[in-house]
Amino acid sequence: MLSSTVTTFTVLLIIVFLFTEGSGLFKQSPVEKGSEILVNPANPVNHLTAAQIKEIYDQNITNWKQLGGNNDTIILFAINYISDYFSEDEIGENFEFLPAKIDSLMMAHPGILAVFSSEYILPDTKAKRVSIDNISLAGFITGREWFPTAQPAVQLGVLPIILGTLWVSLIAILIALPIGLATAIYMAEVANNKMRLALKPVIELLAGIPSVVYGFFGLIVIVPFIQKVFSLDTGQTALTGSILLAIMALPTIITVSEDAIRATPRVMKEASLALGANHWQTIVRVIIPYSSSGIAAAAILGIGRAIGETMAVLMVTGNAAVIPHSLLQPVRTIPATIAAELGEAPQGGIHYQALFALGCILFLMTMVINLWVQYISSKRRNAGH
Amino acid sequence: MKKISYLIATLFLVSCGGSSEQTKNETPAAETSAKTTITIKGSDTVLPLSQKQAEEYMKSHTDASITVVGGGSGVGMTALVENSTDIAMSSRQMKMEEKIEFKKKSVEPKEIIIAYDALAIIVNPKNKVENLKREQLEKIFTGAITNWKEVGGRDLKIVALSRETSSGTYEFFKEHVMDKKNYASTVLAMPATGAIVETVARTEGAIGYVGLAYISKDVKPVSVSYDEGKTFAAPSVASAQNGTYPVARPLYYYYVPEKETLVKPFVDYLLSEEGQKNVEEVGYVPLTK
Repeated sequence: MLSSTVTTFTVLLIIVFLFTEGSGLFKQSPVEKGSEILVNPANPVNHLTAAQIKEIYDQNITNWKQLGGNNDTIILFAINYISDYFSEDEIGENFEFLPAKIDSLMMAHPGILAVFSSEYILPDTKAKRVSIDNISLAGFITGREWFPTAQPAVQLGVLPIILGTLWVSLIAILIALPIGLATAIYMAEVANNKMRLALKPVIELLAGIPSVVYGFFGLIVIVPFIQKVFSLDTGQTALTGSILLAIMALPTIITVSEDAIRATPRVMKEASLALGANHWQTIVRVIIPYSSSGIAAAAILGIGRAIGETMAVLMVTGNAAVIPHSLLQPVRTIPATIAAELGEAPQGGIHYQALFALGCILFLMTMVINLWVQYISSKRRNAGH
Repeated sequence: MKKISYLIATLFLVSCGGSSEQTKNETPAAETSAKTTITIKGSDTVLPLSQKQAEEYMKSHTDASITVVGGGSGVGMTALVENSTDIAMSSRQMKMEEKIEFKKKSVEPKEIIIAYDALAIIVNPKNKVENLKREQLEKIFTGAITNWKEVGGRDLKIVALSRETSSGTYEFFKEHVMDKKNYASTVLAMPATGAIVETVARTEGAIGYVGLAYISKDVKPVSVSYDEGKTFAAPSVASAQNGTYPVARPLYYYYVPEKETLVKPFVDYLLSEEGQKNVEEVGYVPLTK
């Protein structure tokens, strides 16, 4: 009683923590806190998107004309460039003239785009503040660009990461299910007792191997193998991750579906055999249909295992945040992103909150999967009675 | 059983995760009766070096207790301004904003270069490309050049490898080599430097960057030019020291003058022959040889 209360309480606490940290992300400006974007007052551009700012800093957009402004070359300015324009004497010994000097720069250059802390903005400045879209939930989920550390405006699009996660897990289950099911049938129906007792611990051992060991095995063995077989530029692909995850999901699938197959009542099997069906026909026509919901539950639990897997995937999938179009491309998954980036994301910052929001998405995915398993297994219980 | 495996995996993750987790891994006080206690805070790039130096120093100076904390160069500078650390370690020079902060408190912090950090650009030994210009490297990592034949190699797709965003070298490479442009989405992010070496050694079209200490015979370092091809410099300790190899940066310690008497013995140890030997052991470039 007490332990279950404690468990429930802990789970609730974690969920509340996860969602409060994650939800803080939205309605925020993608620009660093306390900074503002300013332009020359004559510049007709009033609004920029985070994507446009990235293009400007990557020097793919170099003229205001491309953004609907005047024909002026864009000049980027930040506080650290001040020494390119003024000597230290001009700024003043205690930098007291800094706001005025920045302001004079803003007026002198029609093409300037300045990003700096609002405390250096002259109170009566004529420079124009440019507005920028706040981070929205829709933009977060449907965005295709993941640049959480881009300066000065971050770009947080997680669609490639979500699709990468689903893609790797789906393929993993397509590989693992036939093998797992075959093993389960063999163990439940075909193998003799001695064989079964020998196989069982081996399969359980598979579940006990740490995931870094799987990852290392994948990096050293499967990656070069895939690269050779498909003659690819790199073996770090979605398929590599899927194969590895398939191996890791096998114990779950085998154990759960074997239990389901074993639960088939003896009467049903004997009735089938009495009607003249052979062993194989009984397995295909009677046992599998009877245990189908258990097998489905096994498959879904296997997907759940695959979706949440971190270390092994991080080591072998290449982690490029692009939307996967084929199996032989690198992908980036949610757990790998969180594991790789959370360590350095400043606590409470945009990047940190974005990773928690990703965690929320992962949590919702696994929760849907678990509810689905419960629904399917409850159906089985009803059908059984 | 499963739980144990998760636990082990987590432990591995923590130990592999490196610098970030080490931030809380404060070096324990040598003795309770310690006379001098020094706190060092800042860059995760300098962290392993500072830790090594602190350990070695405390072996010979049992009365000293040095605590090393990471968090990033900016964190160290802020801490120095707020007087919550004695030394700020940094992988870059002080920024204008930070100078302003110190000026506001009318403090002139002292700057000391304690070592150099150099990045080698590595390719597969089968790759014929020997030299690359900075502009070419920039285009490779921003995705503008995708085939080796565009930079004098054979017709082969380029597989560009970077570190994760959490790595100090990720930012260093972005600022020094890529002119602050963003990496292309197609660049593979590797969880560790070892993984870059491993992948480059096995992949003919791969290119990546690693610290000098990671160069092995399985990979080939290329010479780099920062003056549009006039001179190419190969990465080595010597070329990083005399400044001919461009993809190198100094690592700094900052402290305020009033703490000078406290930190001076440790800083002197760092600059001594023994301290510089530690620099080489950790994989950075010593000041002189």
